[in-house]
Amino acid sequence: MERIGYITRSPERLDATFAALSDSTRRAILARLALGEATVAELAAPFDMSQPAISKHLKVLESAGLIVRERDAQRRPSRLNAQPLAEATQWLAEYSQFWSSSFARLDDLLEDLKTSKKKAKKHKHKKH
Amino acid sequence: MIYPESFAVSTPNEREILVTRVFDAPRQLVFEAFTKPELVRKWLLGPPGWTMPVCEIDLKVGGAYRYVWEHEPDGNQMGMGGVFREIISPRLLVATEQFDVAWYAGEALDTTIFAEEGSTTRMTITVLYESTEARDTARRSGMEHGMAASYNRIEELLLSSLAA
Repeated sequence: MERIGYITRSPERLDATFAALSDSTRRAILARLALGEATVAELAAPFDMSQPAISKHLKVLESAGLIVRERDAQRRPSRLNAQPLAEATQWLAEYSQFWSSSFARLDDLLEDLKTSKKKAKKHKHKKH
Repeated sequence: MIYPESFAVSTPNEREILVTRVFDAPRQLVFEAFTKPELVRKWLLGPPGWTMPVCEIDLKVGGAYRYVWEHEPDGNQMGMGGVFREIISPRLLVATEQFDVAWYAGEALDTTIFAEEGSTTRMTITVLYESTEARDTARRSGMEHGMAASYNRIEELLLSSLAA
């Protein structure tokens, strides 16, 4: 029963993570940051977007904890923070794991039930 | 872990989780496996190591069910239960669900549908969370579209990483 693991992760944080991931530009930014840190200018370059627009997306990603931004440096480069993403995927993985393990067992049980029903039928026929 | 093709877990919107699976058995049998305590406790156990010392099902509208799992190696227990809201044997079950130690606010509503597909049965569970908290968080973040897409994407990632 993997559900116990869920309580260690806050639902609010998962919501924020999934919300931040719901935008294709933000997913592209994360993909870029997976290769290494980058400044707003560097992130804006491949998109047809202004730097303030990119900054808005960075704010969403930052408040969801998906990225970390350097506070002091003039360039303020952004870095990927993998932890919340790992938690979000882990959550669904555990849920899937619980059910898939249970269903595999149910397959075997249903086979047994089918066999015993057939046997019961045969037995009945023999009686007659 | 290799999942059968018929098994899928998805999150169609911010309040629901959908679990679907096809079983190679007649619908009546699958329905019984989901509603008879002596059968449920044999399979609804998750990963290896768990048993179900408590499995009580009062299969009638307004009737309660109660499950308690125990992790054999360390004796940890986990309980949940709820009340049946609607029963159409062997097609439909609607019941509330609430965990003793809740990781989400309030109770959720489970709708389980058993559909005949030839000699097999397609089972679909929809878990609807009533958590206003979760819904409002989603609303505050101004997200309306793309949720399902991102979930599906994560699932793809998951499945590919699990398959690897």
